[in-house]
Amino acid sequence: MSSLSASKPTPGITVKVDNLSITYRTTFERVPTFKKAVVRFGRGQRAVREVHALRDVSFEVADGTALGIIGNNGAGKSTLMRAISGILPPTKGRIEVNGRISPLLSLGVGFNANLSGRENIILGGLASGLSRRAVEQRAEEVTAFADLQEFIDAPMRTYSSGMYSRLAFSVAVHMDPDILMIDEALSAGDATFKSKAAAKMAELRSSARAMFLVSHSMASIQQLCTDAIWLHKGKLIMRGAPDEVIEAYTTFVDVGESAVILEDL
Amino acid sequence: MTVEKQVARDEPENEFTTIHHVYEPHRAGIPPLRDYAEELWRRREFATEMSKASLRSANTLTVFGQVWLILNPLMLAGVYFLLVQVLSGGHHGWGFFAQLTAGLFTFYFIMGSMMGGASSVVGGGRLLLNTAFPRLLMPFSAVRTAFFRFLPTLPVYLAFHLIAGQPFTLGTLCAIPFLLLIIAFCLGLASFFATLQVYFRDTTSFMPYLNRVWLYLSPVLWSIETVPPKFQPIIHVLEFVNPLYSLIGGFADALVHGAVPPGQTWLAAMCWSFGTFVIGCLFFMSREREFAVRL
Repeated sequence: MSSLSASKPTPGITVKVDNLSITYRTTFERVPTFKKAVVRFGRGQRAVREVHALRDVSFEVADGTALGIIGNNGAGKSTLMRAISGILPPTKGRIEVNGRISPLLSLGVGFNANLSGRENIILGGLASGLSRRAVEQRAEEVTAFADLQEFIDAPMRTYSSGMYSRLAFSVAVHMDPDILMIDEALSAGDATFKSKAAAKMAELRSSARAMFLVSHSMASIQQLCTDAIWLHKGKLIMRGAPDEVIEAYTTFVDVGESAVILEDL
Repeated sequence: MTVEKQVARDEPENEFTTIHHVYEPHRAGIPPLRDYAEELWRRREFATEMSKASLRSANTLTVFGQVWLILNPLMLAGVYFLLVQVLSGGHHGWGFFAQLTAGLFTFYFIMGSMMGGASSVVGGGRLLLNTAFPRLLMPFSAVRTAFFRFLPTLPVYLAFHLIAGQPFTLGTLCAIPFLLLIIAFCLGLASFFATLQVYFRDTTSFMPYLNRVWLYLSPVLWSIETVPPKFQPIIHVLEFVNPLYSLIGGFADALVHGAVPPGQTWLAAMCWSFGTFVIGCLFFMSREREFAVRL
């Protein structure tokens, strides 16, 4: 399974994850400071904790798949998304990605609230490797889609949360990604924007090569995905058709119908 | 497949990054250096744009912003000039003032890179969490910002250079390689402190003290030739432990006096500059993949 050479893309496969394990060390302090480190050192304590986010996960995603990822909080869903995007390196194993990836939607744009929406779009696009010309042209499309023409040159700290998520969604879908990554952010904006977003998603599903959707909303997984995986505590429990996986998952967590009512989409 | 071809046609300059990626564990945390450098160069426009945006947001590009950039170090130079004048009994003239401004402006460029670099990664939180790109662009962009704040002070220095009647010789040209060495030093320094700031968020709080001490230990308020004999032993130590001794010393020597700095200064400056650049960048790169879980 892992005998392919590193330089040749596997035909027909968009993402291939081989025996992926991710372990990282992080601190459980809210704000790590030198002062606290010295105090802790004096007491002989350590604030670093090892997180086994993913354990030996393997799967392949063929072209044209919309993959739903479900699982409890802390199951490693977001870690998996970040690993596929190249943000977190594998501790063990190998990931092969064939195509350009959209920025992770849950986090969106707007890393600097003092800069204008347009500057944030341009910086995000340049960082993800687009050329200047392409980014500037796309900034217009993004603005129009998010319906933010009036505010695009205002600093992002003046945006409402709805405007914020509208912009984030527009950026992710307008960077012409081969692979669209969406991390539970479908509740973007008002009803008008939601239907617009849903239409755009349907369009992208046909044009993008693959889509990854992390969501706690079983309904949106069922609606949008052609395939699903279920992660639990970093392990891949099940892979299959969305209906089957969701059924197994809901039986496992025993939430029944009540949880569905609380879903936001 | 058609999408792939279309992307490749639309953006041939991104061919390398758009089509195919393989992620594997890094040995000892350092990514493949050649690929990394290529990616870094390919996305240099990001660093430029980032720096422009931060200059814009700080109103640096407006008239009064520019005036302030000049006024601020000038007033500092004035204060330090008065201080040194009073302490030394008032025998310094324009020549000394020119030297002081050259040293002080350069020193503030280096400190600006250090401070800006330190906050660059932590300040870029969201972008780091959702996009994969060579993170070194962040501290490098901070150095660019500091450099563009330093640039308008150069003509001010030149004015004092002329007033003081300092010479322009072939030796003055040696200031250019020294400035380049200082920039490389700044890049390394910014990367180093950017990494440190991720782990210890109070790093920037210590910096003003570090800056002050470093200023007094560098040949900015005093010049190497005028040090009294009783301090000579300290000078010999500083020569080896303070990178700014050779970097600012050599730069000011060439710029202010038009003198070619001695070989020893060249060697020390180059060692500090390349050493800091390599160590700072490697330290940053070995840690940058961890930033996403530390922010």
